[in-house]
Amino acid sequence: MNPANYLYLSALLFTIGAAGVLLRRNAIVVFMSVELMLNAVNLSLVTFARINGNLDGQVTAFFVMVVAAAEVVVGLSIIVMIFRTRRSASVDDASLLKY
Amino acid sequence: MTATFHAVTTLAVESKTSTGEAVAFWILGPLAVLAALGMVFVRRAVHSALFLAWVMITLAIFYIVQDALFLGVVQIIVYTGAIMMLFLFVLMIVGVDSSDSLIETIRGQRIAAVVAGLGFGILLIAVIGNASVSGMTGLATANQNGNVQGLAALMFNKYVWAFEVTSALLITAAVGGMVLAHRERLVRKRTQRELADERLKGGGLATPLPPSGVYARHNAVDTPALLPDGNPSELSVSRVLQARGDVRTVAAAKGIIEASVLEDEREVHGGGQPEKGGTP
Repeated sequence: MNPANYLYLSALLFTIGAAGVLLRRNAIVVFMSVELMLNAVNLSLVTFARINGNLDGQVTAFFVMVVAAAEVVVGLSIIVMIFRTRRSASVDDASLLKY
Repeated sequence: MTATFHAVTTLAVESKTSTGEAVAFWILGPLAVLAALGMVFVRRAVHSALFLAWVMITLAIFYIVQDALFLGVVQIIVYTGAIMMLFLFVLMIVGVDSSDSLIETIRGQRIAAVVAGLGFGILLIAVIGNASVSGMTGLATANQNGNVQGLAALMFNKYVWAFEVTSALLITAAVGGMVLAHRERLVRKRTQRELADERLKGGGLATPLPPSGVYARHNAVDTPALLPDGNPSELSVSRVLQARGDVRTVAAAKGIIEASVLEDEREVHGGGQPEKGGTP
Protein backbone atom coordinates (compact mmCIF):
# COMPACT_ATOMS: atom_id res chain seq x y z
CA MET A 1 0.00 0.00 0.00
CA ASN A 2 1.20 3.46 -0.84
CA PRO A 3 1.41 5.72 2.23
CA ALA A 4 -0.24 8.42 0.13
CA ASN A 5 -3.52 6.65 0.87
CA TYR A 6 -3.39 8.21 4.32
CA LEU A 7 -3.14 11.58 2.64
CA TYR A 8 -6.26 10.84 0.57
CA LEU A 9 -8.12 9.83 3.73
CA SER A 10 -6.94 13.01 5.42
CA ALA A 11 -8.16 15.12 2.48
CA LEU A 12 -11.55 13.38 2.56
CA LEU A 13 -11.98 13.92 6.28
CA PHE A 14 -10.95 17.57 5.97
CA THR A 15 -13.47 18.07 3.16
CA ILE A 16 -16.26 16.45 5.17
CA GLY A 17 -15.40 18.69 8.13
CA ALA A 18 -15.45 21.80 5.95
CA ALA A 19 -18.82 20.79 4.49
CA GLY A 20 -20.10 20.27 8.03
CA VAL A 21 -19.06 23.80 9.02
CA LEU A 22 -20.94 25.16 6.01
CA LEU A 23 -24.03 22.97 6.37
CA ARG A 24 -24.88 22.78 10.04
CA ARG A 25 -26.61 25.47 12.11
CA ASN A 26 -25.98 24.10 15.60
CA ALA A 27 -22.91 25.87 16.99
CA ILE A 28 -21.69 22.75 18.81
CA VAL A 29 -21.84 20.59 15.69
CA VAL A 30 -20.05 23.32 13.73
CA PHE A 31 -17.38 23.20 16.40
CA MET A 32 -17.13 19.42 16.13
CA SER A 33 -16.62 19.80 12.39
CA VAL A 34 -13.73 22.18 13.07
CA GLU A 35 -12.24 19.51 15.35
CA LEU A 36 -12.59 16.97 12.56
CA MET A 37 -10.67 19.28 10.22
CA LEU A 38 -7.89 19.66 12.81
CA ASN A 39 -7.71 15.89 13.20
CA ALA A 40 -7.51 15.37 9.45
CA VAL A 41 -4.58 17.77 9.25
CA ASN A 42 -2.89 15.90 12.09
CA LEU A 43 -3.19 12.66 10.16
CA SER A 44 -1.50 14.23 7.13
CA LEU A 45 1.27 15.62 9.37
CA VAL A 46 1.96 12.20 10.88
CA THR A 47 1.98 10.62 7.42
CA PHE A 48 4.39 13.22 6.08
CA ALA A 49 6.66 12.65 9.07
CA ARG A 50 6.78 8.98 8.16
CA ILE A 51 7.34 9.61 4.45
CA ASN A 52 10.18 12.02 5.14
CA GLY A 53 11.69 9.93 7.91
CA ASN A 54 11.93 12.60 10.61
CA LEU A 55 9.85 13.47 13.64
CA ASP A 56 9.24 17.17 12.92
CA GLY A 57 5.77 16.43 11.58
CA GLN A 58 4.85 14.58 14.74
CA VAL A 59 6.01 17.49 16.90
CA THR A 60 3.86 19.82 14.81
CA ALA A 61 0.87 17.50 15.21
CA PHE A 62 1.47 17.57 18.95
CA PHE A 63 1.39 21.37 18.98
CA VAL A 64 -1.80 21.30 16.89
CA MET A 65 -3.36 19.10 19.57
CA VAL A 66 -2.35 21.54 22.31
CA VAL A 67 -3.81 24.49 20.40
CA ALA A 68 -6.99 22.51 19.68
CA ALA A 69 -7.44 21.75 23.38
CA ALA A 70 -7.06 25.44 24.28
CA GLU A 71 -9.39 26.44 21.46
CA VAL A 72 -12.08 24.01 22.57
CA VAL A 73 -12.09 25.40 26.11
CA VAL A 74 -12.55 28.98 24.96
CA GLY A 75 -14.96 28.15 22.15
CA LEU A 76 -17.24 26.01 24.25
CA SER A 77 -17.37 28.59 27.04
CA ILE A 78 -18.35 31.19 24.43
CA ILE A 79 -21.12 28.86 23.22
CA VAL A 80 -22.32 28.38 26.81
CA MET A 81 -22.32 32.15 27.33
CA ILE A 82 -24.31 32.75 24.14
CA PHE A 83 -26.74 30.05 25.21
CA ARG A 84 -27.23 31.72 28.58
CA THR A 85 -28.08 35.10 27.09
CA ARG A 86 -29.99 34.04 23.98
CA ARG A 87 -31.36 30.60 24.99
CA SER A 88 -30.20 29.08 21.73
CA ALA A 89 -27.15 27.29 20.37
CA SER A 90 -27.93 28.08 16.75
CA VAL A 91 -25.38 30.14 14.86
CA ASP A 92 -28.21 32.03 13.15
CA ASP A 93 -29.61 33.44 16.39
CA ALA A 94 -26.49 35.39 17.36
CA SER A 95 -27.26 38.13 14.87
CA LEU A 96 -27.72 41.19 17.03
CA LEU A 97 -25.11 43.24 15.15
CA LYS A 98 -27.13 42.85 11.97
CA TYR A 99 -29.94 45.16 13.08
CA MET B 1 28.65 -2.23 15.29
CA THR B 2 28.51 -3.07 11.60
CA ALA B 3 25.64 -5.46 12.22
CA THR B 4 23.47 -2.76 13.78
CA PHE B 5 24.46 -0.36 11.01
CA HIS B 6 23.29 -2.85 8.40
CA ALA B 7 20.07 -3.45 10.25
CA VAL B 8 19.39 0.27 10.35
CA THR B 9 20.07 0.77 6.64
CA THR B 10 17.81 -2.11 5.64
CA LEU B 11 15.05 -0.72 7.83
CA ALA B 12 15.55 2.80 6.60
CA VAL B 13 14.87 2.07 2.95
CA GLU B 14 11.47 0.43 3.48
CA SER B 15 9.27 1.95 0.83
CA LYS B 16 6.06 -0.07 1.12
CA THR B 17 3.78 -0.67 4.06
CA SER B 18 3.11 -4.15 5.38
CA THR B 19 0.08 -6.22 4.41
CA GLY B 20 -1.35 -6.02 7.93
CA GLU B 21 -1.25 -2.26 7.79
CA ALA B 22 -2.98 -2.26 4.40
CA VAL B 23 -5.75 -4.48 5.77
CA ALA B 24 -6.17 -2.23 8.80
CA PHE B 25 -6.28 0.82 6.56
CA TRP B 26 -8.87 -0.55 4.14
CA ILE B 27 -11.12 -1.67 6.97
CA LEU B 28 -10.79 1.34 9.25
CA GLY B 29 -10.43 4.07 6.61
CA PRO B 30 -13.88 3.63 5.02
CA LEU B 31 -15.38 3.30 8.51
CA ALA B 32 -13.78 6.61 9.50
CA VAL B 33 -15.19 8.30 6.39
CA LEU B 34 -18.63 6.85 7.09
CA ALA B 35 -18.49 8.05 10.69
CA ALA B 36 -17.41 11.52 9.57
CA LEU B 37 -20.33 11.65 7.11
CA GLY B 38 -22.64 10.48 9.87
CA MET B 39 -21.33 13.23 12.14
CA VAL B 40 -22.27 15.85 9.56
CA PHE B 41 -25.64 14.47 8.51
CA VAL B 42 -27.11 13.06 11.70
CA ARG B 43 -29.67 15.38 13.31
CA ARG B 44 -29.01 15.03 17.01
CA ALA B 45 -25.87 16.64 18.40
CA VAL B 46 -25.19 13.75 20.80
CA HIS B 47 -25.02 11.30 17.92
CA SER B 48 -22.64 13.65 16.14
CA ALA B 49 -20.40 13.59 19.21
CA LEU B 50 -20.39 9.78 19.24
CA PHE B 51 -19.50 9.63 15.57
CA LEU B 52 -16.70 12.13 16.11
CA ALA B 53 -15.31 10.03 18.97
CA TRP B 54 -15.32 7.07 16.59
CA VAL B 55 -13.35 9.00 13.96
CA MET B 56 -10.85 10.11 16.60
CA ILE B 57 -10.24 6.58 17.88
CA THR B 58 -9.74 5.38 14.30
CA LEU B 59 -7.22 8.14 13.77
CA ALA B 60 -5.42 7.14 16.97
CA ILE B 61 -5.06 3.62 15.58
CA PHE B 62 -3.65 5.07 12.36
CA TYR B 63 -1.11 7.10 14.34
CA ILE B 64 0.05 4.02 16.22
CA VAL B 65 0.27 2.03 12.98
CA GLN B 66 2.40 4.80 11.49
CA ASP B 67 5.06 4.62 14.23
CA ALA B 68 3.66 7.60 16.13
CA LEU B 69 2.97 5.75 19.37
CA PHE B 70 3.09 8.82 21.60
CA LEU B 71 0.68 10.78 19.40
CA GLY B 72 -1.71 7.84 19.23
CA VAL B 73 -1.91 7.60 23.00
CA VAL B 74 -2.20 11.39 23.35
CA GLN B 75 -4.95 11.37 20.73
CA ILE B 76 -7.01 8.94 22.79
CA ILE B 77 -6.33 10.66 26.12
CA VAL B 78 -6.69 14.27 25.01
CA TYR B 79 -9.24 14.07 22.20
CA THR B 80 -11.57 11.23 23.06
CA GLY B 81 -10.89 11.53 26.76
CA ALA B 82 -10.88 15.24 27.47
CA ILE B 83 -12.21 17.17 24.49
CA MET B 84 -15.15 14.88 23.68
CA MET B 85 -16.14 14.83 27.35
CA LEU B 86 -16.08 18.63 27.33
CA PHE B 87 -18.30 18.57 24.24
CA LEU B 88 -20.74 16.21 25.95
CA PHE B 89 -20.81 18.36 29.09
CA VAL B 90 -21.69 21.42 27.05
CA LEU B 91 -24.29 19.42 25.13
CA MET B 92 -25.90 18.49 28.43
CA ILE B 93 -25.88 22.13 29.56
CA VAL B 94 -27.31 23.40 26.30
CA GLY B 95 -29.89 20.64 26.13
CA VAL B 96 -29.64 17.23 24.54
CA ASP B 97 -32.66 17.63 22.31
CA SER B 98 -31.49 20.87 20.70
CA SER B 99 -31.77 19.48 17.21
CA ASP B 100 -30.93 21.56 14.21
CA SER B 101 -33.66 23.50 12.51
CA LEU B 102 -34.01 22.49 8.90
CA ILE B 103 -35.00 25.96 7.73
CA GLU B 104 -32.54 27.58 5.37
CA THR B 105 -31.76 31.14 6.39
CA ILE B 106 -29.82 31.89 3.22
CA ARG B 107 -31.48 30.60 0.07
CA GLY B 108 -29.54 27.90 -1.75
CA GLN B 109 -26.92 27.74 0.98
CA ARG B 110 -27.09 23.99 1.39
CA ILE B 111 -26.56 23.26 -2.30
CA ALA B 112 -23.81 25.85 -2.48
CA ALA B 113 -22.12 24.28 0.56
CA VAL B 114 -22.28 20.77 -0.92
CA VAL B 115 -20.94 22.00 -4.27
CA ALA B 116 -18.15 23.95 -2.58
CA GLY B 117 -17.26 20.94 -0.43
CA LEU B 118 -17.17 18.58 -3.41
CA GLY B 119 -15.10 21.02 -5.44
CA PHE B 120 -12.66 21.52 -2.61
CA GLY B 121 -12.34 17.78 -2.03
CA ILE B 122 -11.73 17.04 -5.71
CA LEU B 123 -9.13 19.80 -5.85
CA LEU B 124 -7.34 18.51 -2.75
CA ILE B 125 -7.30 14.89 -3.93
CA ALA B 126 -6.10 15.94 -7.39
CA VAL B 127 -3.23 17.82 -5.77
CA ILE B 128 -2.20 14.75 -3.78
CA GLY B 129 -2.55 12.60 -6.90
CA ASN B 130 -0.16 14.88 -8.78
CA ALA B 131 2.40 15.02 -5.99
CA SER B 132 5.06 12.34 -6.12
CA VAL B 133 4.75 10.52 -2.80
CA SER B 134 5.48 7.07 -4.10
CA GLY B 135 8.22 6.00 -1.72
CA MET B 136 8.78 6.65 1.93
CA THR B 137 11.75 6.73 4.25
CA GLY B 138 10.07 5.27 7.32
CA LEU B 139 10.70 6.23 10.92
CA ALA B 140 13.01 3.38 11.85
CA THR B 141 16.08 5.61 12.15
CA ALA B 142 14.22 8.52 13.73
CA ASN B 143 12.60 6.23 16.31
CA GLN B 144 15.86 4.40 16.98
CA ASN B 145 16.02 5.51 20.62
CA GLY B 146 12.27 5.34 21.10
CA ASN B 147 9.47 7.52 19.81
CA VAL B 148 8.99 9.51 23.01
CA GLN B 149 12.74 10.14 23.34
CA GLY B 150 12.98 11.30 19.75
CA LEU B 151 10.02 13.66 20.17
CA ALA B 152 11.45 15.01 23.43
CA ALA B 153 14.83 15.67 21.83
CA LEU B 154 13.15 17.73 19.12
CA MET B 155 10.67 19.47 21.37
CA PHE B 156 13.18 20.62 23.97
CA ASN B 157 15.91 21.61 21.53
CA LYS B 158 14.67 22.72 18.16
CA TYR B 159 11.11 23.65 19.13
CA VAL B 160 11.73 24.81 22.69
CA TRP B 161 10.53 28.36 21.95
CA ALA B 162 7.22 27.08 20.54
CA PHE B 163 6.93 24.88 23.62
CA GLU B 164 7.41 27.90 25.91
CA VAL B 165 4.83 29.92 23.99
CA THR B 166 2.41 27.02 24.38
CA SER B 167 2.45 27.52 28.15
CA ALA B 168 1.33 31.13 27.69
CA LEU B 169 -1.43 29.93 25.37
CA LEU B 170 -2.66 27.36 27.88
CA ILE B 171 -2.73 29.87 30.74
CA THR B 172 -4.60 32.37 28.55
CA ALA B 173 -7.11 29.69 27.57
CA ALA B 174 -7.66 28.66 31.20
CA VAL B 175 -8.21 32.26 32.31
CA GLY B 176 -10.43 32.89 29.28
CA GLY B 177 -12.54 29.85 30.02
CA MET B 178 -13.00 30.92 33.63
CA VAL B 179 -13.86 34.51 32.72
CA LEU B 180 -16.35 33.49 30.04
CA ALA B 181 -18.07 30.83 32.09
CA HIS B 182 -18.28 32.93 35.24
CA ARG B 183 -21.61 34.51 36.09
CA GLU B 184 -22.16 37.26 38.63
CA ARG B 185 -24.96 36.60 41.12
CA LEU B 186 -27.47 39.39 40.58
CA VAL B 187 -29.87 38.59 43.42
CA ARG B 188 -29.15 37.42 46.95
CA LYS B 189 -29.15 33.69 47.53
CA ARG B 190 -32.30 32.63 49.34
CA THR B 191 -31.85 30.92 52.68
CA GLN B 192 -33.29 27.58 53.65
CA ARG B 193 -35.72 29.32 56.01
CA GLU B 194 -37.10 31.46 53.21
CA LEU B 195 -37.44 28.46 50.92
CA ALA B 196 -39.35 26.52 53.59
CA ASP B 197 -41.66 29.47 54.30
CA GLU B 198 -42.34 29.91 50.63
CA ARG B 199 -43.22 26.27 50.25
CA LEU B 200 -45.57 26.07 53.22
CA LYS B 201 -47.20 29.52 53.15
CA GLY B 202 -47.60 29.63 49.40
CA GLY B 203 -50.30 27.00 49.56
CA GLY B 204 -48.34 24.61 47.36
CA LEU B 205 -47.53 21.01 47.98
CA ALA B 206 -45.86 20.67 51.38
CA THR B 207 -45.03 16.98 51.07
CA PRO B 208 -42.51 15.46 48.69
CA LEU B 209 -43.79 14.62 45.22
CA PRO B 210 -45.40 11.18 44.82
CA PRO B 211 -43.30 8.48 43.16
CA SER B 212 -44.14 7.01 39.78
CA GLY B 213 -46.56 4.13 39.47
CA VAL B 214 -45.46 0.64 40.47
CA TYR B 215 -47.35 -2.15 38.74
CA ALA B 216 -46.89 -5.87 38.45
CA ARG B 217 -45.17 -5.66 35.08
CA HIS B 218 -44.10 -2.05 34.85
CA ASN B 219 -42.43 0.31 37.28
CA ALA B 220 -40.53 2.71 35.03
CA VAL B 221 -40.54 6.44 35.79
CA ASP B 222 -42.66 7.19 32.72
CA THR B 223 -45.75 5.54 34.23
CA PRO B 224 -48.02 7.76 36.32
CA ALA B 225 -49.22 6.57 39.68
CA LEU B 226 -52.96 6.10 40.14
CA LEU B 227 -54.87 8.14 42.69
CA PRO B 228 -57.44 6.37 44.94
CA ASP B 229 -60.21 7.25 42.47
CA GLY B 230 -58.32 5.61 39.60
CA ASN B 231 -57.15 8.79 37.88
CA PRO B 232 -53.46 9.29 37.06
CA SER B 233 -51.46 11.65 39.25
CA GLU B 234 -49.83 14.38 37.17
CA LEU B 235 -47.31 15.03 39.92
CA SER B 236 -45.91 11.52 39.87
CA VAL B 237 -44.18 11.91 36.49
CA SER B 238 -41.23 14.20 35.82
CA ARG B 239 -42.09 17.45 34.06
CA VAL B 240 -39.26 16.83 31.61
CA LEU B 241 -40.88 13.60 30.45
CA GLN B 242 -44.24 15.38 30.16
CA ALA B 243 -42.69 18.14 28.06
CA ARG B 244 -41.07 15.58 25.77
CA GLY B 245 -44.32 13.64 25.48
CA ASP B 246 -42.71 10.47 26.77
CA VAL B 247 -45.32 9.73 29.44
CA ARG B 248 -47.08 6.41 29.15
CA THR B 249 -50.82 7.09 29.09
CA VAL B 250 -53.08 5.74 31.79
CA ALA B 251 -54.96 3.72 29.20
CA ALA B 252 -51.70 2.08 28.21
CA ALA B 253 -50.81 1.56 31.86
CA LYS B 254 -54.27 0.08 32.53
CA GLY B 255 -53.92 -2.01 29.40
CA ILE B 256 -50.64 -3.37 30.68
CA ILE B 257 -52.22 -4.17 34.03
CA GLU B 258 -55.23 -5.86 32.45
CA ALA B 259 -53.06 -7.71 29.96
CA SER B 260 -50.82 -8.95 32.72
CA VAL B 261 -53.84 -9.99 34.79
CA LEU B 262 -55.31 -11.86 31.82
CA GLU B 263 -51.96 -13.44 31.12
CA ASP B 264 -51.67 -14.56 34.71
CA GLU B 265 -55.18 -16.01 34.58
CA ARG B 266 -54.36 -17.79 31.34
CA GLU B 267 -51.24 -19.20 32.87
CA VAL B 268 -53.19 -20.38 35.91
CA HIS B 269 -56.20 -21.85 34.10
CA GLY B 270 -54.84 -22.92 30.75
CA GLY B 271 -51.36 -24.08 31.68
CA GLY B 272 -49.84 -26.34 29.07
CA GLN B 273 -52.01 -25.06 26.20
CA PRO B 274 -50.01 -24.34 23.03
CA GLU B 275 -49.74 -20.69 22.00
CA LYS B 276 -51.80 -19.36 19.11
CA GLY B 277 -49.99 -20.02 15.84
CA GLY B 278 -47.77 -22.65 17.37
CA THR B 279 -47.26 -26.04 15.80
CA PRO B 280 -50.12 -28.45 16.66
